[in-house]
Amino acid sequence: MSGPSDSQIEQFKATFFEECAELLGDLEQRLSVLEGGNQDIEDLHAIFRAIHSIKAGGGTFGYVRMVTFTHSFETMLDHLRDGALEITPEVVDILFRASDIVADLIDVAQQGGTPDDDFGDEVLAQIDQILASMAKAEGAAEGAAAGSEEAADEEAERIGSVALFQIDFKPHPSLLRNANEPLLLIRELRTLGELTVQLDASQVPSLHALETEDLHFTWRLMLRGACREADVREVFEFVDDDCDLTVERLEPKGDRDAEAGTGSSRSEDKTPADKAADKAAAPAEQAAAKSKSTGGEAAGKERRTSSIRVDLEKVDKLVNTVGELVITQAMLTQQLEALAADKRARIASGLEELSTHTRELQENVMAIRMQPVKSVFSRMPRLVRDLAGKLGKRIKLITRGEETELDKTVIEELADPLTHMIRNSIDHGLEGPEEREEAEKPVEGTIVLSAEHRGGRIVIEIADDGRGVNRDRVLEKAIDQGLVAADAKLSPEEIDNLIFAPGFSTAAEVTDVSGRGVGMDVVRRNITNLGGKITVQSTPGQGTKVILTLPLTLAVLDGMVITVGDQKYVVPLGNILESFRPKPEDVQTLVNGGQVVKMRGEFMRLVGLARIFDVPNATHDPSKGLVVMVESDSGSSFGLVVDELLGQQQVVIKSLEANYDPIEGISAATILGNGQVCLILDLDGLEAMDKLAPRDLLEAATLAREPAPAPAPTPAGEPDPAALDDGAAPEQEEPQGEPAGLDDPSSLEQPS
Amino acid sequence: MSLAPNTETSGAPDAPPAVALDGNGEEQAGASADARQFISFQIGEQEYGVDIMAVREIKGWTTVTKLPNTPEFVRGVLNLRGVIVPIFDLRCRFGMGATEATKLHVVIIVTVRERTIGILVDAVSDILTATADQIRPVPEMESEQKEDFLDGLVTVEERMVALIALEGLFDNKLVAAATSAVADVSTTD
Repeated sequence: MSGPSDSQIEQFKATFFEECAELLGDLEQRLSVLEGGNQDIEDLHAIFRAIHSIKAGGGTFGYVRMVTFTHSFETMLDHLRDGALEITPEVVDILFRASDIVADLIDVAQQGGTPDDDFGDEVLAQIDQILASMAKAEGAAEGAAAGSEEAADEEAERIGSVALFQIDFKPHPSLLRNANEPLLLIRELRTLGELTVQLDASQVPSLHALETEDLHFTWRLMLRGACREADVREVFEFVDDDCDLTVERLEPKGDRDAEAGTGSSRSEDKTPADKAADKAAAPAEQAAAKSKSTGGEAAGKERRTSSIRVDLEKVDKLVNTVGELVITQAMLTQQLEALAADKRARIASGLEELSTHTRELQENVMAIRMQPVKSVFSRMPRLVRDLAGKLGKRIKLITRGEETELDKTVIEELADPLTHMIRNSIDHGLEGPEEREEAEKPVEGTIVLSAEHRGGRIVIEIADDGRGVNRDRVLEKAIDQGLVAADAKLSPEEIDNLIFAPGFSTAAEVTDVSGRGVGMDVVRRNITNLGGKITVQSTPGQGTKVILTLPLTLAVLDGMVITVGDQKYVVPLGNILESFRPKPEDVQTLVNGGQVVKMRGEFMRLVGLARIFDVPNATHDPSKGLVVMVESDSGSSFGLVVDELLGQQQVVIKSLEANYDPIEGISAATILGNGQVCLILDLDGLEAMDKLAPRDLLEAATLAREPAPAPAPTPAGEPDPAALDDGAAPEQEEPQGEPAGLDDPSSLEQPS
Repeated sequence: MSLAPNTETSGAPDAPPAVALDGNGEEQAGASADARQFISFQIGEQEYGVDIMAVREIKGWTTVTKLPNTPEFVRGVLNLRGVIVPIFDLRCRFGMGATEATKLHVVIIVTVRERTIGILVDAVSDILTATADQIRPVPEMESEQKEDFLDGLVTVEERMVALIALEGLFDNKLVAAATSAVADVSTTD
């Protein structure tokens, strides 16, 4: 093979883009830190490294614009690093915008497009302007306030133009695998001066132990040239993580170098020289030199907590296998019961140990998929900053609990809803400075974004100290938009939650920030799709708090196992409100065959699982079985008629659709301890099934089963509108389709 | 095991094709290059075959979990090492009534269009090798429903084996159509 095949290149590209995404994430975070005034030089270095890596990768794949743009970006960062350029808010702003351009360029490249040649020119112009003004300032200051570059030259002159360095370059075995080439480094060094190379091949293992992809050589390089130690180190900048490097200046030995212990001269070593140099330049140079060394240390730390990139599919496979192991182990335990007691004891203790280990294994495997929410929280400061600037508001974002861990899939799905909600808070919730002053609030508005674990779920809160939900306005709008009836009486909480209704928006004018009314209902849908819940709490004048409750992982669900006839089903525990056995007189059958139950003076719709699913041998009479009151994800509540509750259990969610079609009323399946498959109920689906055509389903079911379809009970007697108001009449408990004055069970819930 | 009462349909395939193939029965030779292998199995008296390349494994019948509101031939789902696999009752799919499954019944796990499904049969009998020219087309029959899922017929040692086209049998679109068909069958007699 002469070179990598197309598919390999595609693969390399995919890896490059993956890396870019990570680098950009890191970049954003570091920029936010810089903006916060916490000007750690290490952040600048990280930013520089990120941009440089993108440039290098972009060059490899021939993304011209990406290279030219990042090059200018890099130049600016370089000046920031060496202190020639100060970190001012304007500079940070340009950095942000430049990183946006880089992100756009990567996006375009990923989609296989080619950006215009002048893409991002505006930002480039700004960069040039900044650099130009910097140069001017430098020039004006003349020798007195010389830039660090000049100081460095001075230093080089001071120590004599030629120095001898001893460089011990000990690459780690993994150097080659990370696509680095020592030869290139050595060639690069040769450009700095006269180089003597000494190869130490003593570490090369014998042939049978040789790992061909590992590097076993170390080098001692002697360099005589007119350069600074920093120049030498810079050659090795990109293999920093993959080698042990010591650079020692052997001659000319100044008094300061004699003090240097290991010879890897740190900032202190240079201080005398810098002191001698101009005062303005000294701190900068010192900082730069110091950061070099701390940068090395930081890289060392990272190395210890190293990570590998694993295909998510592989992890899922592992999760599956472990799930199987857990089930097998549960089955073994069950079978053990059948053994005689004397034989059982020893096996039992072994099995117990096994179960401890499997549980541990399962937890650990699940933990692989877990990531801190930081990765999505870190995108928010940027958003707040941009929007606040655009809307002329002053806003402080506080994030808490960023280390809270959550399943990777959930985190990915969380970004959009969070963005929407923060936007909403900024646009609708928080007031402008004047209004805040009038309300005697701090001029700066606060948004608190927090995450924490609570009872096996994760709770994410977005709280602002703005004006709160304007209930009058919300209600008015909702009535205008036909979302609620004009005469509806709603509790304050109900009004607050109207903001999640599809198509709802209170913004007087549609801004490009929000107000199109495709915000909160989308948020709600996203969250419910994740098995989560969303609620809003608001205090007028004091603020709004949106609370998201999410499952820790999409793979596991807390469920209640119920029985209907000989079938078992799982009801998501988070949706269960309560369960009870109604008195016969509290149950009424409506004219269309639907049932309602009276509960604390209210009539709640009943959904007969046995009827909808056509389960034989099940209790159809709720007063002989149980009613489980549930709240579906869309917010309506109803009672499920079941036979029995078996108990609470954490179940692993398995897709049914992988090998079969979606089934109405069923969201997924799981495997119980005995190895049997158990279906997980989809409450929204059940509700729709019951609402749509309860009788059609009944008919279809009977049709398939028996030759003669049993006709649904026909209404007998006069409809009695007073029946509901009077409460349950005893004779109406019979499931004989007695008229109850309501021919549509849904009319009970929607006072329209 | 009781065959369903509607024997007109179940008995039909036996007679005419058996005659048609008798003359070709001697063609069996050693496996040639284009030979295909089939796993043959029984449903009642009739022998069927599926392409061995589609077969993942064969296992004994175990209790399955019923799926609500599905056609009768969908027996339910079972747990195959963590994967939820739907099981189809082939006898029922052929309109011969549901199989009264016992531990002796066999489930053949096959892959059809990247989906893994199981088919419930009475027993697995053999592995057959047949070349393309040994596979005879299915003669035209009155019952349209069945032709869709028969690929061809092959005669082995005087036995006739009907080769099943799994794609046609459990194509998703067909499931819906089959639902009504099965309902028709069960309600018309």
